Amino acid sequence: MAPALVWLTALMVVPCALVLALAFFRRGIYGGIDYTFTLENFGLVVDPLYAGIFLKSARIAGTATIIAVVIGYAAAYAISAAPRRLQPVFLFFAVLPFWSNYLIRTYAWIVLLNREGLVTQLLRWLGYTGEPPSMLYTEGAVIAGLVYNYLPFVILACYAPLSRLNPELAEASRDLGASAATTFRRVILPLTVPGIAAGAVFVFVLSIGNFVTPALLGGGRFQMIGNLVYDQFLTANDWPFGAALAMALIAIMLLVLMAQAMFADRAAGRAAEATGGADG
Amino acid sequence: MAERSLATRRTLRLVLGLVFAFLYIPIAVLVALSFNKGGLPTAWSGFSLKWYVSLAGNSAILSAGLNTLIVALVSTATATLLGTLLAIGVEMRRRHGKALEALIFAPMIIPDIVLAIALLSFFSMLNLTMGLHTIILAHVVFNLAFVCSVVRARLKSFDWSIVEASADLGASAFTTFRRVTLPVILPAVIAGALLAFTLSVDEFIIAFFTAGAGRASTTLPMQIYSMIRFGITPEINALATIVMAVSITALTLSQRLNRGIIGQ
Repeated sequence: MAPALVWLTALMVVPCALVLALAFFRRGIYGGIDYTFTLENFGLVVDPLYAGIFLKSARIAGTATIIAVVIGYAAAYAISAAPRRLQPVFLFFAVLPFWSNYLIRTYAWIVLLNREGLVTQLLRWLGYTGEPPSMLYTEGAVIAGLVYNYLPFVILACYAPLSRLNPELAEASRDLGASAATTFRRVILPLTVPGIAAGAVFVFVLSIGNFVTPALLGGGRFQMIGNLVYDQFLTANDWPFGAALAMALIAIMLLVLMAQAMFADRAAGRAAEATGGADG
Repeated sequence: MAERSLATRRTLRLVLGLVFAFLYIPIAVLVALSFNKGGLPTAWSGFSLKWYVSLAGNSAILSAGLNTLIVALVSTATATLLGTLLAIGVEMRRRHGKALEALIFAPMIIPDIVLAIALLSFFSMLNLTMGLHTIILAHVVFNLAFVCSVVRARLKSFDWSIVEASADLGASAFTTFRRVTLPVILPAVIAGALLAFTLSVDEFIIAFFTAGAGRASTTLPMQIYSMIRFGITPEINALATIVMAVSITALTLSQRLNRGIIGQ
């Protein structure tokens, strides 16, 4: 195991530590790095201009997360309600697109949403005669791309607790007089929260740091944090500021993961209580 | 599950239908248009294979394809070896710390863009000339983590006493590995390798940052990205169809092998 640990240390831990260190230096006059300690890169991160991009990224990632969780949960619920022998097949085909190239899945949406794309043609066929609507290169297109790319994972994450759900719990709830809606809200939903949380965290974390989807579906001037980091390294040549942005991104990600871990612990406790109570 | 009313069952079926339509219509449109005779990227004008033929004559795409194959094969082989040994090493120990777990888990969740800029900074600080070799170094990082997690899942149910038995019977550590441990974990090792291969073939951002200047080390995803930015062409549709077919085949195979493990 030693060679693998050396590899991970040399090519992940050390480079990441280097980026962390870079964030505390100044940008050189000619774009290089001036090795004098400064905190101004982090000051710039919270500058309204850039903090705005963080907020926008969080808003887009949050919206994509909510939509993906609602659709993904509904899909997972429908799969778990299908006949037992069909469930693995449905699940397999729900996850299959996830295994194809990310760029290509994103490109597919350019083909759909461009001015002469399928959506426009569909509208024409329905009798629409006006200007083709501009759907590509909008925030909506970015959100659609993110939901599309990460939905399979949400389905997978939500299916796991739904398929393990003890049907007697729901029956007991109905027998005790609860309506179907109440049974869902008070019994099924709380027991499947860990799956929802895992799926949501996955979508949010991957969306907020995303670079490809905003670059391709948002158009050239559309920026999320990932694009901002990209620009600092490849066009603006301000590596220290790019490093500070990347560290802020990592910090957000760690916060979300920690929140999920705490939440999962509490949910696990409650679930144990609920099942224990039902047995007793 | 409890009895459901007809209306509920219909609704659930509708939900499934809509979700599958959402997942597959974009891909289906892309694949269909790759067989489109006309040059217009979105209007159907008859079946043709000419875009696949034109791909075969595109030297930029062919060389990018070859680069991708080199990167994927070398990084997969390296990562499979290192990741398997890591998995065995970790699982053999009874107790392991949180730091070790975090180190192995990190490459799977760290945002691509962060690892990409970290490696770019690192390589340029070392004054290393970047090219295919630096992409390979980078790809091994996440590939070995994925191989390790797949093999570890298999080792969770492994009976370590048979390793002790083999040693007691006088087999060397290497013979024990080759004749006892490896046959048991082999399906997982192959599944992990196929997963790593697909991840490497599809990976774009890290390759983009660690490829260095010049076109010599352009990989297929980098080529696809620059073509997409240029606009929609039937040629990209054809290329996309081939790439999707390759990764879906590799991963279906990987999944099959893993299913075999669960079945045992």
